[in-house]
Amino acid sequence: MTDTTLHKSLNGVGIGRGLAVGPVVRMPDPLPEPSDAASTLAADAEKVRAAGALAAAAADIRLRGEKAGGSAKEVLDAQAIMAEDPTLKDDVNARIDTGRTAERAVFEAFAQFRDLLVSMGGYMGERATDLDDVSRRVVAHLRGVPAPGVPDPDHPFVLVARDLAPADTALLDLDKVLALITSDGGPTSHTAILAREKSIVAVVGAAGALSLEDGDTVIVDASSGIVTLDPTEAEVSAAEATLAARASAPEVAIGPGRLADGTAVPLLANLGAVDKLTEAVEKGAEGVGLFRTEFLFLDSDRAPSVEEQQAKYIALLSAFPGKKVVVRALDAGADKPLSFLNDEPEENPALGLRGLRALRAHESILRDQLTALANAEKVTEAEVWVMAPMVSTVEETRYFVSLAKELGLTTAGVMVEVPASALLADRILADADFASIGTNDLTQYTLAADRLLGSVASFQDPWHPAVLRLVGEVGRAGASLGKPVGICGEAAADPMLAVVLVGLGATSLSMSPAALGDVRAELARFTRKQAIEFAELALSANSAVEARAAVFAAATPITTPTESEKLK
Amino acid sequence: MPERTVTIASAHGLHARPASLFVQAVTASGLPVELTKGEKTLNAASILGVISLGIEHGDQITLRADGDNADATLDSLVELLTTDFDA
Repeated sequence: MTDTTLHKSLNGVGIGRGLAVGPVVRMPDPLPEPSDAASTLAADAEKVRAAGALAAAAADIRLRGEKAGGSAKEVLDAQAIMAEDPTLKDDVNARIDTGRTAERAVFEAFAQFRDLLVSMGGYMGERATDLDDVSRRVVAHLRGVPAPGVPDPDHPFVLVARDLAPADTALLDLDKVLALITSDGGPTSHTAILAREKSIVAVVGAAGALSLEDGDTVIVDASSGIVTLDPTEAEVSAAEATLAARASAPEVAIGPGRLADGTAVPLLANLGAVDKLTEAVEKGAEGVGLFRTEFLFLDSDRAPSVEEQQAKYIALLSAFPGKKVVVRALDAGADKPLSFLNDEPEENPALGLRGLRALRAHESILRDQLTALANAEKVTEAEVWVMAPMVSTVEETRYFVSLAKELGLTTAGVMVEVPASALLADRILADADFASIGTNDLTQYTLAADRLLGSVASFQDPWHPAVLRLVGEVGRAGASLGKPVGICGEAAADPMLAVVLVGLGATSLSMSPAALGDVRAELARFTRKQAIEFAELALSANSAVEARAAVFAAATPITTPTESEKLK
Repeated sequence: MPERTVTIASAHGLHARPASLFVQAVTASGLPVELTKGEKTLNAASILGVISLGIEHGDQITLRADGDNADATLDSLVELLTTDFDA
């Protein structure tokens, strides 16, 4: 049991509105690198240990694959074959002959293959993660400790981790995960995005979460971002009663997004592949606010042809007859390099040749994409809007808009992700038909904090008043020029923040389909006048934490202790 | 020693699923099989070796096997490699 007299609860950023009660299971800590001290055993004895651990790890991985089935089974079977690789085993044995322990020899042999694959880049580089995972499992067997990676107990649990990597979450049995708690990572971390997509209750960035131990009971409340440790029986039954009430309550009616006073705020879906279409339509998306086209280009060493792209676009557009579909031109660079676009390695890719800059350097790729879209629009009934990623100047805006129109598209806009575009939004929107604010990158660039770097994740909070002020600039420019301003970053999926964004002038919100229900319900609680008041409160705060607290306090009708304390 | 030279049919080359199917077939045959691409020759039962050769669609590779049934084994491996798994 955790000592609860001092820390009865933890605070973090809640994702969505969910609530969960259950026992904690900790993500095992990563194993330290095996020492390269000489073995005290005979080489033959070390070889027997290594062979046994390799075989045991392969058997384990195969068993997990059989449980998982489907595409996970194929991935895991391939990992099992890696553990049984005869060349790798020869390499391990050769290293043992030089005096290494079995642990060290396994670690080095896998690392060597890993480096080889990374140096090959592309698809091979991605397999490096698989090798690391297999290597860790074999070393864990040798040490007799639990295999690292996602735990798989036979009961539902609350998973507690520092942060989750994509490789971990791919294997997570979501049916058993009641909630996720992470100590690191912000609202745009991989964990948060996964939680939103799969509607998993989550509180991220909860400092102190790593003090939780296996078996501790916790209540996780995403709407407040509070994790209650060692709850009393009364607290548990209250939470269970709330859960039961929510389960029996009718689903929020699907319908167009609107505020309490009837102001329409279209709710759109962010999609990254055609297969999520059904979910978006079921959840009541009124169109697509961000269709990422990178998936058409990844795993490919050349750009797909106009015909290949056209077929994919037609499949997408046919699902939304008469509705708006905003397609983002290929956004390569930084976190998603493509071999045929990113020629030179960059020291600072987030500030490099990415987004529209990269497309402009390879204009034929952009022309093909826009042509394919224009062709697809002609044979479908959707309303196609096209936008350029990472635009930072008025001149870039003019370039993109005129090229799109030349190739037959009628509505062309830009993404506002760089503070320069937000500050000059009045000039940019004079040329563009619309703007869509990518709050993840806008936050990264405004606060100079790498989105992908855990150590600066606390800066990556779109509630920051500096970010909100920039959003307000774009909103104001849109209103005075009569141009739509959408939001398509993770911020739009945070129900309370969504209301604030509307108060700042956003005219539509786009998010993962799973978040549509919560955001629709939250918008319906407030009028436009209230949304503007909340926006003013958030703008006058000194920090993201203050902004969030001020808006929540104003939005809660019951007087909370914090509020009455303030009155004193 | 019997050998076959074959052109890879799989659109994405010999990575991922096609590579693991191939390696599993080699392992199941129980025969030592060598794979040569260009100047590099390695054990065809090694998945890491096979994928590290970066074998692409249209590349030519040579397989060699020794022992009873070597011809039949090579024929079935060739059939595997001339199938486009990604089609």
